[in-house]
Amino acid sequence: MLVAHPTPDGRSGIRGRRVAVTGLGVVAPCGVGRDAFWAGLLGPEPDGPRRVENLDATPIYGPKEIRRVDRFTQMAAIAAAEAIADAGGLDGSSGLSVDPDRAGVMIGTGIGGLETIEEQFRVLQEKGPRRVSPFLVPMMMGNRATADVSMRYGFRGPCEATVTACAAGTHSVANGARLVSSGRCDVVLAGSAEAAITVIGVAGFSNMTALSTTGVSMPFDVKRDGFVMGEGGAVLVLEDLERALARGVHVYAEVAGAASTADAHHITAPSPQGAGAVSCMEQALIDAELAPEAIVHINAHGTSTPANDLAESQAIVKVFGTPGPAVTSIKGITGHSLGAAGSLEAVALALTIQKGQIPPTAGLTELDPEIHLDVVTGEPRAWTPGPALSNSFGFGGHNGTLVMTPVS
Amino acid sequence: MDNTEAFDKFKQCAVEVLQVTPEQVTPEASFAEDLDADSLDLVELVMALEEEFKITVDESELEGVETVGQAFQLVSSKL
Repeated sequence: MLVAHPTPDGRSGIRGRRVAVTGLGVVAPCGVGRDAFWAGLLGPEPDGPRRVENLDATPIYGPKEIRRVDRFTQMAAIAAAEAIADAGGLDGSSGLSVDPDRAGVMIGTGIGGLETIEEQFRVLQEKGPRRVSPFLVPMMMGNRATADVSMRYGFRGPCEATVTACAAGTHSVANGARLVSSGRCDVVLAGSAEAAITVIGVAGFSNMTALSTTGVSMPFDVKRDGFVMGEGGAVLVLEDLERALARGVHVYAEVAGAASTADAHHITAPSPQGAGAVSCMEQALIDAELAPEAIVHINAHGTSTPANDLAESQAIVKVFGTPGPAVTSIKGITGHSLGAAGSLEAVALALTIQKGQIPPTAGLTELDPEIHLDVVTGEPRAWTPGPALSNSFGFGGHNGTLVMTPVS
Repeated sequence: MDNTEAFDKFKQCAVEVLQVTPEQVTPEASFAEDLDADSLDLVELVMALEEEFKITVDESELEGVETVGQAFQLVSSKL
């Protein structure tokens, strides 16, 4: 990852510190916790909206506070706790033991506390403004999850929430990695969370015809007709690689590069031929100082909408040619968890590298003949882990790409 | 409604909103010290009390209210 990019006037790029992924935490409909999540990704495709069943963050918040924490924040809190424990804990000889002023939190969201807004709007209509909860604002604000996590662990470095719709997770991980790479932080908790399967949320997405009418998520399939709503949260512990190696913690992967671009085209439709996605992947390769030929796998955005999957596939073909890298979309299993998607998929990619297995694209039975990609289907595919990408694209024309590589 | 009945209802609201035990809700109990309640907790408690007793409490009336006894007095003065 570069801390200064090459400029048109001939200045060369400057490489930053290497960034290790040393902890994973995930709350997903197919499984809560790293191992359950991975098993879910390799399992059968579920039906209907992908809800996280039996979510319970009471052990973290206690019975009083829990009622004042929106579902999206609860998911982030559970994921953060798991990620920190996975990275060896906060303290002790094998723990993170990070200077709080050099520890950051970058947990984004697409929407924030939608369930809270919906509930409190009902209170407003039924009982009037005097009955609206004094906790409405701190529950609904999109920066609540990131703020809570920084408070819980005493991390006093940069603490921000990136809000770029369905690219928020990828951008948050990228922004966190940049803080480590630049030397500003030694440790960053980066991720995202989303809980928008509410009456008004479903109505909004449904009326814009983004949702599948059949309720089946089938990325890249010829019969795909929209995405299936999902929700979840994921957090990655990002850490200076040298520091991670020195304390002997397990390193899942390196975040070797990242990029963010805008389509500057249309509020919901991707730019023609995925031009924004093309420039995003190209920028990510520049950041990682890798040639396109080096990339062997892509964890695609692959939402199962007709427009996204076609544009993304055109973009991948443009950058990598055919057949190109092995492509998968986990959204056949997870559905589209909007702002959470990028961090869920970053966790999935880190595990794909660790396990040497690419999870298949569930729901895909007949590849769209206009999509010229090597899509992994049916069974997980064994691979020799190499440099890989994770893509996210959000309404607003936001594009995000991460580059992860195995650490030998 | 007699005083005991009213206090029982008051206690129920406090238990629900502040997630404390009924035994903790004594007239002497301090909201801040004993019941771990900050100013926003009190706003929520007052909302519950307004609903329960069908009364209205202005924000200005809450000034100086620090204990359960003081708050109950304020409520019962409106019944």
